[in-house]
Amino acid sequence: MALLELRDVHKTYHLGGEEIRALDGVSMDIEAGEFISIIGPSGSGKSTLMHILGCLDSPSRGTIKLDGLMIEKATSRQLASIRNQKIGFVFQFFNLLPKLNVLQNVELPMIYAGANAKERRDRAMEALQLVQLENRAKHRPSQLSGGQQQRVAIARALVNSPRIVFADEPTGNLDSHTGEAILNLFRTLTQQGRTIVLVTHDPEIAALTPRRIEIRDGKISVKVDPRLAGLDRVPAVAEPGKAA
Amino acid sequence: MNLWSAITLGFKEIWSHKFRSALTMLGIILGVSSLVAMSALTAGMEKGMKEALIAIGGLQKIRVERQELPIEQRHLRDQAPGVTMDDLKAIRASAPLIHEISPEMRLQRATVTANGKTIRPFMLNGVWPEAIAMNEHVVEHGRMFNEIDDEMARSVCVIGTETRDELFGDPEKMGHEVIPLGETIYINSVPFTIIGMFQHYESEQAKKIRELKAKEPKVPVVPGAPKRNRGWGGGRQGGFVFYIKNAMIYIPLNTMWIKFKAGNAMQAGLSTTGTPKLDNLQLKIGDLETLTPAIQQVHNVLMSSHKGIEDFTFRTQEDWAEQIANQIKNARLSGGMIAAISLLVGGIGIMNIMLASITERVREIGIRKSVGATTFDVFVQIVVESMVIALVGGLLGLITSFGLVQLLRSLSPTDNAPLITASAMLVAFAFSALVGVVAGLIPAVKASRLHPIQALRYD
Repeated sequence: MALLELRDVHKTYHLGGEEIRALDGVSMDIEAGEFISIIGPSGSGKSTLMHILGCLDSPSRGTIKLDGLMIEKATSRQLASIRNQKIGFVFQFFNLLPKLNVLQNVELPMIYAGANAKERRDRAMEALQLVQLENRAKHRPSQLSGGQQQRVAIARALVNSPRIVFADEPTGNLDSHTGEAILNLFRTLTQQGRTIVLVTHDPEIAALTPRRIEIRDGKISVKVDPRLAGLDRVPAVAEPGKAA
Repeated sequence: MNLWSAITLGFKEIWSHKFRSALTMLGIILGVSSLVAMSALTAGMEKGMKEALIAIGGLQKIRVERQELPIEQRHLRDQAPGVTMDDLKAIRASAPLIHEISPEMRLQRATVTANGKTIRPFMLNGVWPEAIAMNEHVVEHGRMFNEIDDEMARSVCVIGTETRDELFGDPEKMGHEVIPLGETIYINSVPFTIIGMFQHYESEQAKKIRELKAKEPKVPVVPGAPKRNRGWGGGRQGGFVFYIKNAMIYIPLNTMWIKFKAGNAMQAGLSTTGTPKLDNLQLKIGDLETLTPAIQQVHNVLMSSHKGIEDFTFRTQEDWAEQIANQIKNARLSGGMIAAISLLVGGIGIMNIMLASITERVREIGIRKSVGATTFDVFVQIVVESMVIALVGGLLGLITSFGLVQLLRSLSPTDNAPLITASAMLVAFAFSALVGVVAGLIPAVKASRLHPIQALRYD
């Protein structure tokens, strides 16, 4: 059984009486441990797809199964709990809370998980070690560089040991060098067995992932059978560490 | 998210906007402190009233007085016996609800001379020794006259401190204690010996003021300057009921009868039944519940002993007590209303600030939701934050209320000093908490309903 299973997912918005089909029958599987990119131009529906995959939004039609749980029937409370326990997000604009320091930002998901103060601290420090920012724990986000902020955001996404991490244009606000470092970090994380979904409009970045799903007009344009995914890999990525 | 982290978060949020939070709290501070101060004022009034009520003998006292006959009985006026010692015996024998009874005979327009001074006492009553208990008197110096003094119609008297002040001098002005026991005073030229003096009656507040005055330096007297009367300086600070009590002179009932009334028997002395007429009878019942039946009982007894002539009436302190209780109620209501309005305004201030604050923090709410905050978590966070503002404001308000009451005290020192009660503080604090919760509800609902995606996209 795949980690994430989408079957004929539709999402329609009503904007001023006009029906907008953001997603129009998307079916896909994501296996545990995959490093995958969702690519498409702006307005293609990739963000909508990510929001639905990330349980931030629910589909108009279709079924989604995450880790064996039927998402489309979950209540908002259950969705919040799934976001908390099974999913991590990394955003383009980092989305750290400016009033909290780095450690508190990383602790945030555990507060909602109900962990006690000591456990929160310990695990947040572990997550910060993973992104090599443990010496910046007491800094404010505003005192960090963009790349460091994004690494804090990654630590926050990982702190509850989620089943899957979604990164929405994680390098979009970074210079190419820092962006590369972030992507390398993601690659390292996948090698440790984490599942990461990268959402981007940039084919160069998408090229770094073993598997790509292209969205166009709310549909998967190059439908790749997950079992055949290996055929689609960019050669450079076949040897991790040497990419671009 | 547990409550504790919500509370710490609330404090952090307040701390990060110190000036804004302080202004918001100011509304609650003023509301709470005015609520406490208002209730302190009414509590002070209530205390003063209770003291005065106890000073006059409490609500259990009924006075039987002479009264003009009703119109249909006017032709029987020469048959009317008036309030007499016979009535006293009849009530004692036939009205079991009456626990104590004490006759009173007043000497109107008396003159009292002693120590080279002549005064007209406010009240000069011939009574039984029972009058002490009836009117809650305490003899501080010497003794009350007893049954033997009364039986023998001895020329003895017991005076209050006001009479002492007027005849022998105020100890505070004299600078030493004045106890005129054994002195002779002339009541309408008849010599009487002072055998006792009551304690000085005053409200607790008057006592405090007096003690405070005693500590202050005396008004300096310019040597050689002519003597002058500095005018009325609040000599009756203790309130009227206390003044009356202090200005009292008691002599034995029999003495009153023989020395002052019997010689004038036809005019004011003897009743149609041949017994001495009294000015009034003071009755005391055991339990306030039995007031109405007791009056009925006495009425029945007296109607029988007066052969149906209703030349008497009853006077209780109910109206007086009720009137004061009403005044207190009104003061409490209007004061409470004003305080509640200011607390409400404070609450509106909180709501306003919370609404502004959540608009400012839409993105934060989106982030919190994306990492797993539920609708309820966000709701609790906002409500707790609003409550923390209100509670901190309430706490500061309680502290401020002490200052406010001190200010009120110094602005208008009255008999009824404002009195801060624990219950008033508790109520005010609870109200501030309530205001905080209610003010936080709408912003909290608004915040918790934000859709995570829209909140994340918000700039």
